[in-house]
Amino acid sequence: MTTRQKALTWQAVVAVATAAILLFFARNVSDNLAIRGLSFGFDFLWRKAGFDIPFHLVEWDVNFPYGRALWVSGVNTLFAAAISIVVSSALGLTLALMRLSGNLLAAGTARTLVEIIRNTPQLLQIVFIYFAVLQALPQLRQSYNLGAGLFLNVRGLYVPAASGTAWDWITGLTLIGVALAAVLWRRVGVLLPRLLVLPPILIIGLVIAGFTATWDPPALKGFNFAGGVRIPPEVLAIVLGVSIYTSAFIAENVRAAILGIHKGQTEAARSLGLSAGRTMALVILPQALRILIPPLTSQYLNIIKSTTLGAAIAYPEILQIMARTVLNQSGRAIEVMTIVLGVFLAVNLITSLAMNHWNRKMALQGR
Amino acid sequence: MKILRALFGSRGNAIISLLMIGLFAWVVPPFLSWAFTHAVWDAVNRAACSAADTGACWAFIKARFALFFYGVYPEGERWRVHLGLALLVVFGVGALFSQRRRGWWLLGLMVLVPIADAILLIGGIFGLRAVPTNDWGGLMLNVVISFVALGGSIPIGIALAFGRRSQWPVIRTLSTVLIEFWRGVPLLAVLFMGLVLLPLFLPNGVNVDNLVRALIVMTIFTGAYMAETIRGGLQGVESGQSEAARALGMHEGQVNLLIVLPQALRLSIPGIINIAVDLFKDTTLVSIVGLFDLMGVVSQSLKDTAWTGLAAEGYVFAAFVFFFSCLVISLGGSVLEKHFSTAPGAAKR
Repeated sequence: MTTRQKALTWQAVVAVATAAILLFFARNVSDNLAIRGLSFGFDFLWRKAGFDIPFHLVEWDVNFPYGRALWVSGVNTLFAAAISIVVSSALGLTLALMRLSGNLLAAGTARTLVEIIRNTPQLLQIVFIYFAVLQALPQLRQSYNLGAGLFLNVRGLYVPAASGTAWDWITGLTLIGVALAAVLWRRVGVLLPRLLVLPPILIIGLVIAGFTATWDPPALKGFNFAGGVRIPPEVLAIVLGVSIYTSAFIAENVRAAILGIHKGQTEAARSLGLSAGRTMALVILPQALRILIPPLTSQYLNIIKSTTLGAAIAYPEILQIMARTVLNQSGRAIEVMTIVLGVFLAVNLITSLAMNHWNRKMALQGR
Repeated sequence: MKILRALFGSRGNAIISLLMIGLFAWVVPPFLSWAFTHAVWDAVNRAACSAADTGACWAFIKARFALFFYGVYPEGERWRVHLGLALLVVFGVGALFSQRRRGWWLLGLMVLVPIADAILLIGGIFGLRAVPTNDWGGLMLNVVISFVALGGSIPIGIALAFGRRSQWPVIRTLSTVLIEFWRGVPLLAVLFMGLVLLPLFLPNGVNVDNLVRALIVMTIFTGAYMAETIRGGLQGVESGQSEAARALGMHEGQVNLLIVLPQALRLSIPGIINIAVDLFKDTTLVSIVGLFDLMGVVSQSLKDTAWTGLAAEGYVFAAFVFFFSCLVISLGGSVLEKHFSTAPGAAKR
């Protein structure tokens, strides 16, 4: 047999075997559905859901259809993931800088924290934060007053609600900031200054918003808080749990990336007269970022997948709502699981494409 | 004095040090007082604990200790769990460190131990009492799932890794799709799949045990990650190795199995250890789909009215056990890595 014939034969064998397995599954599925008197189709998405989703960012009502529940829970998943990405990046960077600070106490603490976090299960951490910390908080009347209108108790974290023009200011200035960053992105040759433009703009925006808004702080009235916004413990637990766990891994990635920059770079920058801070900001970090992008991508993807652990503490994310509540009510196992898996695969694909694009932009330019 | 200069030498350093000391003073003494000085080690229930002292109620852990390790595996049959674990450890150590008879130890580990352990744990023959998998639980379940999934995932990983590097488009595409699919979805979604979809995919009337479902999906899921680690190892083997093997007249299968794969696996050891640690931690997820692993048992015990409200004690204990186990895996891994880091034959005197 020639190599070509061999290749064709083997590939044909594998293709036929795969098709046979798929056919076997398909027949079993159709048999099983027939026996159970079930049909296949996505028409159930338009049927009335009839259950409540305790935490929702977009409008939800028991009379809305299943399809809307998918959207509501999907937004919840992305919300938890987005906040966790920001928090875990900040925490991870802090831990990494603590380890590299050269201060024995800070480095030792960071190392201990990273080891403890990395060697205990993520689910355990989330459940611990939820049941052992947040559920053990005092009742409403004995709430911890954290100052600045923040109250913490067993029902969650109460924060002041902003009304009036606050949100307009924040949105408007964010948009201006993004536009400015986009312009600078093209103009300025260095990476960090153009990213550093954003925080001051946001801070200015927040300050203006803070002064112009009419704040509605929570205040204890009778058996409940009047005013303010309640962040339920489920949200706090999933965000904190996912962020803390991932931050330990991000810290290790950041540390490896910074240590991965050749010492000669620092020495060259210092001998050109750059200060230690500018050396870090203009020479080391931009290069470290290039090494950091691939591992950071997979950490961010992990965060999105980890939000499913919210199912353990009844955070209404997509898996909890779809694969539990909707599946149990409608009995459409295949359709529901296809949707859930499809959503995760799509999010994964989009994130990897975006990060790959960024990675290519940042990659070393060959001459 | 040297240490003082290291901590307070410059203004920045001094500020950081003071901050850290303040943090310690704020966190460590209350924790120590809770966990040790004011802890209660012997009590009959929660109320007795609270009456005795203000700290942690470790009496709860003591009362549930056996449950946390064996689930409700019958007390008289627990020697079977111990024997099974001993077999695994003996053959594992033999396969790793035996110089001359490694092949035999490895064969024993891959064929004899799984069969013997399955017989021991499941029972039902040779006069052993049958123990339904519903009675398995606690840390024993975490260990069983980890070993089965790790053992099963290595062959799957090797096959998929070679498949993804194949020059044949059909096989390459199929392997890539499989790997990326399993890596793209969350493990918990995969476990739900095993719970609700697996019965639909199998012929009507075939009933799969709850534990077996979890084992199947966790093995395949881990296999996809294993494939990427082993593929990294395969890429790390110099092409000169396979060229030399071909020049010696070996055919393609021999080149891959006898020359490339062993070297690739050696390079993959750190990655495989990472997968093992992640897998062990992720076995806790089965508690969400109705199995009672250590975490599931702890959560279940917290609902006991005699011991209600002891979440901190229960989960801190579980965290300690997991931390210790992961440490053992990591240490074993670094021993392995060191053992295989030198070219065979070169280091032996």
